[in-house]
Amino acid sequence: MQDIVNALVLGSIYVLISVGLTLVYGILKILHIAHAGIYTLGAFLGLTLYHFTGNFWISLFISVFLTGIAGIGVYRYFYKKVLEESRIVPLVISIGLFIVMQDLYRLIWGPYRQPFAVDFGMNNIRIGGVVITQHQVMILVITAISLVAVYMIMNHTKLGLAMRACAEDMAIAGTLGVDVEKTISVAFFIGSALAALAGILVGVYENNVYPTMGEVPSYKSFVVIVLGGFGSLYGAVLAGFILAFAETLLVAWKGFVLPRDAIAFLVMITVLMIKPEGLFRRATR
Amino acid sequence: MSLDYILTLITFSNIFAILSLSLNILIGYAGQVSLGHAAFFGIGAYTSAILAAKFGVGYWWTLLASILISGAVGLLLGLPSLRVKHDFLVLATIGINFVVVSVFKYIEFFGGPYGIVGIPMAKIFGKDLSTPGFSLYTTIWLVAVILFDMYLNKVYVRYGFEAVKENEKAAESIGVSVPLFKIYAFTISGALAGLAGNLWTYQMGMVFPDDFSFGVSVSILTMLVLGGMGTTSGPILGAYTLTFLPEALRFIQDYRMLLYGLIIVLVMMYQPSGLLGKGGILRKIFKR
Repeated sequence: MQDIVNALVLGSIYVLISVGLTLVYGILKILHIAHAGIYTLGAFLGLTLYHFTGNFWISLFISVFLTGIAGIGVYRYFYKKVLEESRIVPLVISIGLFIVMQDLYRLIWGPYRQPFAVDFGMNNIRIGGVVITQHQVMILVITAISLVAVYMIMNHTKLGLAMRACAEDMAIAGTLGVDVEKTISVAFFIGSALAALAGILVGVYENNVYPTMGEVPSYKSFVVIVLGGFGSLYGAVLAGFILAFAETLLVAWKGFVLPRDAIAFLVMITVLMIKPEGLFRRATR
Repeated sequence: MSLDYILTLITFSNIFAILSLSLNILIGYAGQVSLGHAAFFGIGAYTSAILAAKFGVGYWWTLLASILISGAVGLLLGLPSLRVKHDFLVLATIGINFVVVSVFKYIEFFGGPYGIVGIPMAKIFGKDLSTPGFSLYTTIWLVAVILFDMYLNKVYVRYGFEAVKENEKAAESIGVSVPLFKIYAFTISGALAGLAGNLWTYQMGMVFPDDFSFGVSVSILTMLVLGGMGTTSGPILGAYTLTFLPEALRFIQDYRMLLYGLIIVLVMMYQPSGLLGKGGILRKIFKR
């Protein structure tokens, strides 16, 4: 039972990171590795602002907002210029950016792990033998709120419609009067904001923020979007939780010698072999 | 920098030049983007290391075994490429890289996290190769690989690769067997990476799982793309530049990785086909 709670929390984090990545991938079809650098930026900004203001929620909002802007910057100043090139070019740029970001963080905030202790002033919740800590509750609640918000934006606003149109076919969306430029920027903003949120929540949950914290999410999130069927938001959400449960259960099962990350990839390779289009890909496209 | 140190760097450059040339066959020629090349490299290195350190097998046999086993694994791992394409293939190869490294790390036979140590020096024609000898030896191999690459550019296989890269359906319709050429590309590429692995093992005298991590695959790809995909000279330039660059940047110590990353980003933004690729600066200079 405790495993289920842990898997849910882990899954929430995966989902937050991957939904942002899916938004970006869905529109630009770029393997945006630097997304994990954005995630780390969010955590560091959150931590710095928290030290500065002393109020967690204010620092959360400002950091998420600023990181979103940084995400737009990544698009405007880097990806936008190479969209016409072969697909491997933005991929390598993204890898280069990720290296630059990690090193910048190290130079600015130092190479050490920094604590990010926030007390929400709640008690642990006990149900039977299961303990849910205040941080776990926060992660679950914030993830739920964010997902509902993303769902509302995507399905009930013009911007969401524009984003879905651009994901379908950017050129046609453009001729039909969609402001493509603005739409992509919004997608980057939302995606990066969600990454920042995930970064802060992980930082608080593990009480640890450090420059290379993005390393594992940088590839893990891709496992999630592959399983989810590349560009499908519902798929990413489901896949994030499925992956978290698969990992948690296989780790709990003592006979399995390989570590968590290898499990994620084994799951991914198996799925790709059986269903090359991912688990939740729509039949079209 | 002492002479020995420079010779060691040349050895590393040669090994990485062979690796990026082999990746070039896969990506530049056949259009199969792989981000798990270090897996083949690692399999080659571990094959030699295990045979030499645990079974006392002589140098030439370990070399042969590395090439054959990496080639065979390349063939096996090429099979997924028949199922998955484009970005899915990129991610599948990343996955393969991680799985291979964790197998090295967590399975006793492969030495676990501490790797395999105590590999004897390469004995060639009854002589132990020291630093200068080994850098010469790797240079000979690099030249051999370059010649092989030039040969490959002249034969039918290259056109098959090109067809598969440009348009799989069109290739299929004119009678080019897409699966066959994909498997060819993976096998050749794997075998050459196995050669590089063998050279690495004897250069280092030990192997560790992290020598073949995802980051190494990224470096190989970066070398290739920076130099210019699809060319023979590009990968070599890329490998030499990116091996010597961090050393040349040593005087700015703390900003090394930052600058390294920046150079990658800038070259890609302003020279998207690589320095020696179509429209690259260096190519223009040399053509003049």
